[in-house]
Amino acid sequence: MSPKGQVYLFAILFTLIGLGLTVYKVAVLHFPLLPDEERKVWSIEAQIAFDAQDGPVTVNLALPQPQTEYSILDEYFASAGYGFVVEGELQRRAVWTRRNAIGAQTLYYRLKIAEGPATGAQSAPPSLAPKVGSPNWGPGVREVASGLVRTARELSSDDVSFTRQLLKLMNGPSISQDAELLYQISSGASPAQLALDLLAEADIPARMIRGIYLENRLYNQRPVELIEIHDGEQWHPFDPKTATPGIPENFFMWQRGGQSLLDVVGGENSKIRFSVLGNDISAKAVALQEARSDAVALVDFNIYSLPIDNQNIFKSLLLVPIGALVVVIFRILVGLRTSGTFMPVLIALAFIQTTLVTGVAILLTLVAAGLWIRSYLSRLDLLMVARLAAVLITVVILMAGFSIFSYKLGIDQVLSITFFPMIIIAWTIERMSIIWEEDGPREVMIQGGGSLIVAIIAYGLMTNDLIEHLTYNFPEILLVELGLILVLGQYTGYRLSELKRFRFLVDK
Amino acid sequence: MIWKTASALRKKGILGMNARNVAYIARYNERRYFPLVDDKLKTKEAARRHNIVVPELYGVIRYTGELRDLGQLLNPLSGFAVKPLRGSGGKGIVVISGREGDDFVKPSGKVVTLQDIRHDIANILSGVYSLGGRPDTAIIEYLVRGLPRLLHFSYEGLPDIRVIVYRGFPIMAMMRCPTHLSDGKANLHQGAVGVGLDIRNGRALQAVQRDYLVEHHPDTGVSFSDLAIPDWNDLLLLAAKCYDMTNLGYIGCDFVIDESRGPMILELNARPGLAVQIANGIGLRHRLELVDRLEHHDMHPEERVQYILESLGHPDDQTTPDSAPENG
Repeated sequence: MSPKGQVYLFAILFTLIGLGLTVYKVAVLHFPLLPDEERKVWSIEAQIAFDAQDGPVTVNLALPQPQTEYSILDEYFASAGYGFVVEGELQRRAVWTRRNAIGAQTLYYRLKIAEGPATGAQSAPPSLAPKVGSPNWGPGVREVASGLVRTARELSSDDVSFTRQLLKLMNGPSISQDAELLYQISSGASPAQLALDLLAEADIPARMIRGIYLENRLYNQRPVELIEIHDGEQWHPFDPKTATPGIPENFFMWQRGGQSLLDVVGGENSKIRFSVLGNDISAKAVALQEARSDAVALVDFNIYSLPIDNQNIFKSLLLVPIGALVVVIFRILVGLRTSGTFMPVLIALAFIQTTLVTGVAILLTLVAAGLWIRSYLSRLDLLMVARLAAVLITVVILMAGFSIFSYKLGIDQVLSITFFPMIIIAWTIERMSIIWEEDGPREVMIQGGGSLIVAIIAYGLMTNDLIEHLTYNFPEILLVELGLILVLGQYTGYRLSELKRFRFLVDK
Repeated sequence: MIWKTASALRKKGILGMNARNVAYIARYNERRYFPLVDDKLKTKEAARRHNIVVPELYGVIRYTGELRDLGQLLNPLSGFAVKPLRGSGGKGIVVISGREGDDFVKPSGKVVTLQDIRHDIANILSGVYSLGGRPDTAIIEYLVRGLPRLLHFSYEGLPDIRVIVYRGFPIMAMMRCPTHLSDGKANLHQGAVGVGLDIRNGRALQAVQRDYLVEHHPDTGVSFSDLAIPDWNDLLLLAAKCYDMTNLGYIGCDFVIDESRGPMILELNARPGLAVQIANGIGLRHRLELVDRLEHHDMHPEERVQYILESLGHPDDQTTPDSAPENG
């Protein structure tokens, strides 16, 4: 068979398999073909890590309570080698136990929640105000603490405003010397813990809220602590660090009140970290998938079965072929010249992090500044590796300089500059400056503009909700892309740019 | 509009970049033969073995230590050119056109000493002119002196002649004339004039600068219609021989015509561009097919040149295969 025939055979084969699997998953397994915007499903993974001390181990983790804003769809406890029970009614706690364990241990608790109330949710936090117990201050410390309480009381009119003033005294620009002293004495205490102690000193019922922020692709998040006070009628939550009242947006309350989030007996250096991934999957599809995962290999070998960290990485990885397809189309069909074959894809990936307008502005400034400095370097007649390294360092200095300067000016967006792959930027500057010397600035504009256009179009497609949904939920579409690229690789027709280039030959 | 232009171009037999890459370069240019054309020294050596005329190599200097014997090497020479092997854009080239006792005279009339030339070569060796700054090699070669009547068609620098050779058959040619706009470089997209040459007799067909037909050289004012390349058949034969030398089926051979030695190969290119079609106003396709139509390609260079001359008919004959329909 001729090479051409083989290409078409494989292309057709790949496309059929890819489309076939997609159709099967939609029709038989009821995967949603379109992103369902009604319900955002968050996958949360709590990772507990500690070092076991060669003896019996008990790990006790507070579990989220049913609440009004979110409904819990599914829970999963990974506990190889551990006995496991869930205890308690109102405040559920997961308990892992093991007779003998040694070395680094990792336990997982995974949770899927959907935005919107659960069916038949009876939430309402326990409205009973807990009894106030006076904290055990040392003799000298009590003076300082009550001094702080006094100041806050003078500045406030009721319990709520008192809390606000107190928190302001303890944090931020107007932090008082007393508060700084308290932090030093009670070393290791978080602002929330210290605030609770001071509120107890002031005889105001208060408790801790622990939770996490629901933000897509957020890994290794520490639990966030808020506090809330009871003014006799209802609870008032506060962010202890900023003194802002209310529950922040996208905040998922894990635990309200209660002693601790995590207790580990028989281990040390314990820590808990949360990873969050947002999916545009309808709750129905999630349920279906969970129900069928034991029966259908296709679903079992899905990306969903990976740890959330890796799922996040794959979510971006699966978008790269889309960018590559854009590059192939523009180079082969349109005939746009770009500097570096897949450089536009990397730039597009950076744009996803920085957002488009900021990204383009940063990139242009960076490359322009880099070219200017590079033009001086070329007069110094350096050897290539040294010159390239010099450009690289220049890029790093520029990035740091831009970040600091713009941060001082209050333009926070520029901080996302670090998402640009600096090696790629350095290479781009090097290549551009060689093109400039050999073919003139016009060619630099053509290639630079071409790269930018391709990057922007790739960015547009890669951030498209539908495409993101399709590539992530139907990875078999990769085969379709492969087939398409194979066919394009055989295209021997004219490029769009050639119609213009040779037009003069047929216009006569 | 797009389809109309595309089909008009197809009808005219214009070769596109994709088709060139897939159907010709990928198919007829094997990767392992590329180093021969990419390395000037290897090209020269192979050309010598195949009796192809190239500017004679007087010496190669790879290490600074070799500069000690430079005087001995240069002493018998009255004119020569020193070039960086991996240089680009004409940077680092030193031209010596005469002697004044022990000293050397540049074309500008400036007199330089042997020590000056040593210094220039040391610069070349350290990689100052090579792309990317890698340590380089300096070559000392015969100084090509262009034919005065061809130099009228050029502003600064020599005009060169590009011949496309397909499977050993010279199928299309053009002369590239540097202009003030192109900064003395023979690069068409920078504004050099491309003169389409009739492959049968080496006479000018038309001249194009940046997509526009021109009658006269924009800087020297000489009319291109008088242009005829001398020793045309010798040149075609040299081009045809390049195929046997390189084993590459689709190449561009760059020639210069020396005042005393006639046409010589300056450089070979395994990925020749498509601008030759614009200069000629003729598509490459029909001529490529003309060669493919042959049953036996196992021919001598002379026979191949003859085949092309015969199949394209007499120059005065207006009906050439180029104007015939596609499946003619």
